Amino acid sequence: MKCAGKTVKYGDNVDTDVIIPARYLNTSDPKELASHCMEDIDRDFSSKISDGDIMVGGENFGCGSSREHAPIAIKSSGISLVIAKSFARIFYRNAINIGLAIVECPEAAEEIREGDTVESDLDSGVITDVTTGRSFKAEPFPEFIQNIISAGGLVEAAKKGIIA
Amino acid sequence: MPMTMSQKILAAHAGLDSVEAGQLILCGLDRIHGNDITSPVAIREFKKMGAERVANPENVTLIMDHFVPNKDIKAAQQCKCCRDFAQEQDLPSFYDVGRMGIEHALIPEEGLVVTGDVAIGADSHTCTYGALGAFSTGVGSTDMAFGMATGKAWFKVPSAIKFVLTGELPKYVSGKDLILHIIGMIGVDGARYRSMEFTGPGAHSLSMPDRLTVCNMAIEAGAKNGIFEVDEVTLAYEREHAKREIRVFKADPDAVYDEVYEIDLSRLRPTVAFPHLPENTRTVDEAGDVKIDQVVIGSCTNGLFKDMKEAADIIRGRKVAKNVRAIIIPATQDIYLKCMEAGYIKDFIEAGCVVSTPTCGPCLGGYMGILAEGERCVSTTNRNFVGRMGHVESEVYLASPATAAASAIAGKIASPEEVLK
Repeated sequence: MKCAGKTVKYGDNVDTDVIIPARYLNTSDPKELASHCMEDIDRDFSSKISDGDIMVGGENFGCGSSREHAPIAIKSSGISLVIAKSFARIFYRNAINIGLAIVECPEAAEEIREGDTVESDLDSGVITDVTTGRSFKAEPFPEFIQNIISAGGLVEAAKKGIIA
Repeated sequence: MPMTMSQKILAAHAGLDSVEAGQLILCGLDRIHGNDITSPVAIREFKKMGAERVANPENVTLIMDHFVPNKDIKAAQQCKCCRDFAQEQDLPSFYDVGRMGIEHALIPEEGLVVTGDVAIGADSHTCTYGALGAFSTGVGSTDMAFGMATGKAWFKVPSAIKFVLTGELPKYVSGKDLILHIIGMIGVDGARYRSMEFTGPGAHSLSMPDRLTVCNMAIEAGAKNGIFEVDEVTLAYEREHAKREIRVFKADPDAVYDEVYEIDLSRLRPTVAFPHLPENTRTVDEAGDVKIDQVVIGSCTNGLFKDMKEAADIIRGRKVAKNVRAIIIPATQDIYLKCMEAGYIKDFIEAGCVVSTPTCGPCLGGYMGILAEGERCVSTTNRNFVGRMGHVESEVYLASPATAAASAIAGKIASPEEVLK
């Protein structure tokens, strides 16, 4: 799977309350959630994102609540990949389960700048900052998790009998 | 291979003799639960999966607690979705207004999760039941859907950090101060992906409500679960609450831990987490002059009867400071009733507090106590992220019920001793 786009960059401990504030959790409609994604720390987020863009975060990305509305909001806003130094555990499994591509790569998350154009090949784990010409290598997922991602998430994996 | 307590519970539920950290397993579940926010998404995914019936209706619990009594039409629709599903699937443990409580207080109270269980919940504070010696962890809605359909969940077996507690908590210091102290020490990702296992004579000296509070906030250190060694306190609690057999698991004496911390409980002081992360802790003595607009005492972290008692003992016979709104939320109907019988509701109302029906409302900025721009709240809840309780420019200070009650009286962050002197 390949992703390419311009980056938006945030710091450490981006929590689920800023990804999608709880005042909007009276709906689970992906488009409506996307329209409020990140608004408490980045008011223009939903208008500035183009399909395929890549989000870069620091340590402990997605900490806080278990709300799946958080990865759903990010995915539905058009983000094709989240690169972070590390992910909070519930966000990590939620992203895998709903089919939002994520990759843990501290070097890439450190070096890539806001607005750079980035390409990533998730199968090989290679991330390339096209703007600076730098290349990074992330650890690939274990096979068990790769199978869930390849199926398109946990629901599809269950339907296909890959996991049960 | 020696195992930690969490690893032993997971191995037994995966049908394996042993497991080791990092191993991916498929595990049988004793309890799967969700609330009015997370369940509608799970129900949608359950249907997408092509599932028709939940694998075991006895093990599935839905609790309407976040936005109830319904705060608006959309919230009402979400509860209706849960209600319809519970009816269609004949779920015996569906908790609606009048019978509900805040999920993590209600589930142990009702004996829905017991010692030795593996439980998942589509709510991050599901880690609370580790206090009972169960492995419990928060997951997302898709995991909940998969759990409902198959009775199972996938886990990466965690390694663990051991906390050896010694001494006893001083007066006016509680489990909340202990867990805030720990998060301040190891940080909001200090236990990321790992178990926090609590042991030692100090752990055994803690009451069950204190243990529930400590495990509740394990997620605030990034942990997969928090868990207390089973002892007489656990067994006494379960004699009262468990309606089925419990299973006691013990860590192997030679189990390997990533880190070991020793904490002397007698040295702890009332602790406050400053905005905007639970790791920004200071003792109340270092808090300085922080004037406040609101106090919230309640939530899945601190809405138990013991919490209400500790607040009432400070508030009784005093008045809430002018310009402070004090909102008290007993976590379940049973706790509410016990507070009434003990006279606490009268104490609170006479002091100028408002007492609410159980709800998660203000904790996550849903309703029932939203903050305006620039306002500050001392709260017994669990998160103080940007915008958590309302306006982006508002501030939440996390503290124990005793400290929150003292602050309500003082109109600023204050220690119980300061108000009681």
